[in-house]
Amino acid sequence: MNTCTERLKNGIITENPTFVMMLGMCPTLAVTSSAMNGLGMGLTTTAVLVLSNAFISLLRKVIPDKVRIPAFIVVVASFVTIIQLLLQAFLQELNSALGVYIPLIVVNCIILGRAEAYASKNPVLPSVFDGLGMGLGFTVGLTLIGICREVLGSGAIFGVQFIPSDFHITFFVLAPGAFLVLACLTALQNKLKLPSATNVPGGDSGMACGGNCAQCTGASCVANKGIIEAERAAQKAAQAQKAKEAAAKAKAAKEAAANQAKKGE
Amino acid sequence: MGNLLNISSSPHVRDKSSTQSIMWCVILCLLPATVFGIYNFGIKAIILIIACMVTCILTEFIWQKAMKLPVTVMDGSAALTGLLLALNLSSTFPVWMAVVGSVFAIIVVKQLFGGLGQNFMNPALGARCFLMVSFAGKMTSFTYDSVTGPTPLAIIKNGDSAKSIADILAAGDGQTQAPTSVLNMFLGNTSGTIGETSALAILIGGIVLIALKIISWKIPVCYLGTFAVFALIFGGRGFDITYIAAELCGGGIMLGAFFMATDYVTSPITPRGQIVFGVLLGVLTGIFRIFGASAEGVSYAIIICNLLVPLIEKVTIPVPFGKEGIKDGK
Repeated sequence: MNTCTERLKNGIITENPTFVMMLGMCPTLAVTSSAMNGLGMGLTTTAVLVLSNAFISLLRKVIPDKVRIPAFIVVVASFVTIIQLLLQAFLQELNSALGVYIPLIVVNCIILGRAEAYASKNPVLPSVFDGLGMGLGFTVGLTLIGICREVLGSGAIFGVQFIPSDFHITFFVLAPGAFLVLACLTALQNKLKLPSATNVPGGDSGMACGGNCAQCTGASCVANKGIIEAERAAQKAAQAQKAKEAAAKAKAAKEAAANQAKKGE
Repeated sequence: MGNLLNISSSPHVRDKSSTQSIMWCVILCLLPATVFGIYNFGIKAIILIIACMVTCILTEFIWQKAMKLPVTVMDGSAALTGLLLALNLSSTFPVWMAVVGSVFAIIVVKQLFGGLGQNFMNPALGARCFLMVSFAGKMTSFTYDSVTGPTPLAIIKNGDSAKSIADILAAGDGQTQAPTSVLNMFLGNTSGTIGETSALAILIGGIVLIALKIISWKIPVCYLGTFAVFALIFGGRGFDITYIAAELCGGGIMLGAFFMATDYVTSPITPRGQIVFGVLLGVLTGIFRIFGASAEGVSYAIIICNLLVPLIEKVTIPVPFGKEGIKDGK
């Protein structure tokens, strides 16, 4: 059960897809014109993410490695279709607000990313929680952006208006407002030195991904890690060798000095 | 240094003009349009102009202090941005909105990109478009002689294309707007933003700027010329000089051509680039005005062309002297 809570925390905070990993920027910018739209989009994506992660994890031993991406897409597309039909049936308003971005969940990189990086290599339960955590993280991100834009642009939160319409800055509800709000939130994150894709900790790896290799299973990243670690080990060895030699020299010099001192006596 | 011989690397040609002197010179050249705007729209115009200029200067000062940058408000660029923004607003525009626009111009359009010389679009126009998008209703409500009605440009756009321009303008919009004429549009006794109404006042300032060699003639002339030709061809009125004159005197095209398209930071520095820039501006303004939904399109045309400036400069680099005959500059 420990992995499950760890996965939840990882998705919502440590690797928040919107603010830390900067994935799925297209829906992030496009549908967050109000808090409700952001929440709706986030929850829809969460549902798809949980279901697709569960199925891909179940099928992980059946799917041939060479055609795994098309297989993932088929699974994801089926769930997106189901969710879209459900939205059309029961949440018509949200469906028309989100429009084309619901079918576009199929190509959302968070979903494919989690399928590739986690669900295809781990058991069902952790995968479900991984999807849930990532989805909720995405939801939190979209809702926050949505709240900022809705407060500034239409003077309301979740449709409850509290600023009179004379003081609405419509700019923030339109597309440029999305870029500005996201940029400001990211700038704030960088200023506070919080982890994010644009604020890589200088740490010990210096890799663009943050070098969090224990969590990462990307093939090229693993290979890079091997190379980097080998290099680092070689450097360390060379340094140790140098230090040894220097120590030996110093010792020899000392001894020689001591000998001379003895001779002098 | 006296009579000592200086040996240094290029540039060898020196000039006394500085950023500061140029900016204040441009502000002085805007005075005719500003004074006419104040005469035309009264006390409200003065309040808006002062509010915008003070906000711009204060914002720049506070930002540079807060970011621990050298404070450069005395170079006048912030004052010029504020003045241009105010001249681009309707006289009935609420002051607090103008203040928001000024803050946007200085912080988002100018300082976030690195301050003077680094902004990718004209700050005043960026802010105008921000306000246009944010408060469309207030931005397009024009009052002249305490009567609210459409600008002459909008009257022409919505007018019956079978009637002559003079008739359309003389009829006004049939309800609120007093009759006007092309001569009034040239002199400026019409409704519009504070600084754009009088083509005459802007022309005076613009010609002084060209005579002082602060701006080159290429951008305004190419801009206005291309726009006139475009309007002749696509305006749907055949060869109608009054129509062209009304289109050139109406709206912000004069103010834009002389004072905003020629902004040093956001216009090409290559001579051929300036011609390309002017032609592009003319075509875009023509497209926006004639085929667009709104009667005005100068500000959008200029900021789109501002974004194209790096590309224009890249393809119009002049050939160095002595390399004319050599292909590809090799």
